[in-house]
Amino acid sequence: MAKHETPLLDQLETGPWPSFVTDLKKQAETKPEVYDILGQLELSYKDRITHWKHGGIVGVFGYGGGIVGRYSDLPEKFPGVEHFHTIRVAQPASKYYSTANLRKLMDLWEKHGSAVTNFHGSTGDIILLGTRTENLEPFFWDLTHEMGQDLGGSGSNLRTPACCLGQSRCEWACYDTQEACYQLTLKYQDEIHRPAFPYKFKFKFSGCPNDCVAAIARSDISVIGTWRDEIRIDQAAVKEYIAGNYPANGGAHSGRDWGKFDIQKEVIDLCPTQCMWMEGGELKIDDKECTRCMHCINVMPRALRPGADQGASILVGAKAPILEGAQMSTLIIPFMKVSADNEYEELVEFIEKVWDWWMEVGKNRERVGETMQRVGLPTFIKVMEIEPIPQMIKEPRSNPYVFWSDEEVPGGFERDIDEFRRRHAA
Amino acid sequence: MGYNPDKPMEGRLTDLGPPHYEQFMPPVIKENKGKWLWHEIVQPGVLMHKSETGDEVYTVRVGSARLVTCQFIREVCDIADKHCDGYLRFTTRNNLEFMVDSKDKVQPLLDELASRGNRFPVGGTGAGVTNIVHTQGWIHCHTPATDASGPVKAVMDELFDYFTSMTLPAQVRIALACCLNMCGAVHASDIAILGIHRKPPMIDHNRITGVCELPLAIASCPLGAVKPAKAEIDGKEIKTVKVTVERCMFCGNCYTMCPAMPLADPEGDGIAILVGGKISNRISHPKFSKLVIPFLPNNTPRWPEVVEAIKKILEAYAKDAKKYERVGEWAERIGWESFFEKCDIPFTEKSIDDYRLAYDTWRTSTQFKFTSHIK
Repeated sequence: MAKHETPLLDQLETGPWPSFVTDLKKQAETKPEVYDILGQLELSYKDRITHWKHGGIVGVFGYGGGIVGRYSDLPEKFPGVEHFHTIRVAQPASKYYSTANLRKLMDLWEKHGSAVTNFHGSTGDIILLGTRTENLEPFFWDLTHEMGQDLGGSGSNLRTPACCLGQSRCEWACYDTQEACYQLTLKYQDEIHRPAFPYKFKFKFSGCPNDCVAAIARSDISVIGTWRDEIRIDQAAVKEYIAGNYPANGGAHSGRDWGKFDIQKEVIDLCPTQCMWMEGGELKIDDKECTRCMHCINVMPRALRPGADQGASILVGAKAPILEGAQMSTLIIPFMKVSADNEYEELVEFIEKVWDWWMEVGKNRERVGETMQRVGLPTFIKVMEIEPIPQMIKEPRSNPYVFWSDEEVPGGFERDIDEFRRRHAA
Repeated sequence: MGYNPDKPMEGRLTDLGPPHYEQFMPPVIKENKGKWLWHEIVQPGVLMHKSETGDEVYTVRVGSARLVTCQFIREVCDIADKHCDGYLRFTTRNNLEFMVDSKDKVQPLLDELASRGNRFPVGGTGAGVTNIVHTQGWIHCHTPATDASGPVKAVMDELFDYFTSMTLPAQVRIALACCLNMCGAVHASDIAILGIHRKPPMIDHNRITGVCELPLAIASCPLGAVKPAKAEIDGKEIKTVKVTVERCMFCGNCYTMCPAMPLADPEGDGIAILVGGKISNRISHPKFSKLVIPFLPNNTPRWPEVVEAIKKILEAYAKDAKKYERVGEWAERIGWESFFEKCDIPFTEKSIDDYRLAYDTWRTSTQFKFTSHIK
């Protein structure tokens, strides 16, 4: 395939940050169709508009998700990208890899595709970027047979679940996010690969309220680790922080001189609930007042740890703006034990209850958060058979427009206008 | 034996799911899972995690372009084979992480990375700017209003020193989405770069019958701007749609549902900047980013206006915010009127909400600050 002039893209080869243009050019030496990717992108830089056609349903037999169809609107000019379908490959939990696995996957992708990838897509999948329709089945065969790996989700499906790195390399994870993510991903393969939902649906698993996988902003069901007993304190380590022997915030601020560490100013006064104080040289916490924001633990990781009675908060309904505007997920279940021992029984039951309801009442392209907003939180929790509790809201309503029901008012809604008129003339 | 197109279902394997994560974890990670006690950032881009067993793991974090090739991944594998027993991981923000099980293995790894030019920048930790999460843009997507990899490269070139250092008041998360679908958590990032359209969809009456379900196209509009209509094509009356332009807020959802309603346009499209979002529950609640610059042009290949705007916001924040304060927390403390003044961003009516729940964002108080906006 012809090499194209790319004067605009060439300008992205300068500067200190790694350049995707340089990388693509180098790859094009052995995969000439990459010249066409560069050529079409260059044209987009000139025309300031995309040159991909809308849609194109492609896939592998039996799956409705995992592959995103894409065709160039200039196939004669750029035959190498006439078809440029994306394959989503389910990523291993927390995105750990062996080089043996990655090399094998790269071999397959060079054989069947463009050799261009994303590590990773925003939802978490490995994205293999650009192949022809006729390559999809052979690639899928090799992926499953030679590697024992599978596609991820796309379309109105459960999307490939994702998790933070959890207990694998973090001291704060309050449950095993990797195992929960892995087990539920396996359990719901059918929902990932075959569209049955009104729109996309995402789970994300974060080990603590720092929420490194952004569950609260982008997953329909956010499972965020927390604890319900007391923050574990090592008073000797607190003293070391005060003495300046341990770097505050794990050394995250070491690039600038912020002055000597001041526990009053940097921890106690910044606590959102003001539940901490110093007493006799010891740090005290009124744990009943603590809302587990993580600030004190983040600042003094060697002195403070989450409590030992750990589980997760379950929130529902996050999404990006389209259609009804952005929504964070709403706290529905403040604390749930999340354990592989009972195969995540409680979480599974909750997820399936949400699905059963949403698949019934959700409109086309309506995320569950939008359905919740349309029917109202009181209706949602009624359907979920959950007791209302104040933890679900930031504040009570400030309007008095309550939807009382017939059964709630003595005598009900049925009344006799004639009888009323006998007492109150019009 | 490979795929046999004559018998596609024979010997077929499906629904295997992802490989089990444990086989990919470096031995020191596997052995100490659930036993980690604390961590420290030893230097920008290098983390040390300490286990209750006494083991340590050193992680070297490296920025990547996200849009990478097989060749690049093989190079990454070479490094991991040589220094990390053949294991590595990626972060949700498109960084690479190389892990070693002792301190004396760190410097050789850093030297190796440095020896490969600017391909493997070490950083992205602590109170700095980490890698930008972003979407596809013009390299793959059919609905983008801007490119993704290009603006990200341009912004990261400019903010490079903030990637390799930890001099900011807190971490600053930057994200880019090339349209309002926001594939990623752009809507809750400290600084969000968002591709937007500014022209209502055109209607391709010649194609609409073949490619669209009209009720779906009509239902797709959150503001009811798409309505049933009739048009004449080759002397025949066909059913189609029309758009009430005054109601259109250019979300592009109609185009997603109906390919005969394209809205992308070289002059109409560009980038909006939103500021002050965060995910973490730390100190304050998670918050959405807020629109502070309604439009900047797609000036390829380096989007100078976008780069400049972001740098200006970042530097005003770096100068003014308190230790631990995220961009949004800073803006709320000083007040948004001061934010616009301190960042030298002209305030326009475009930053006043007139969508759903807009009233929640209007000021219903006499508490305000006197800034240059009051003439």
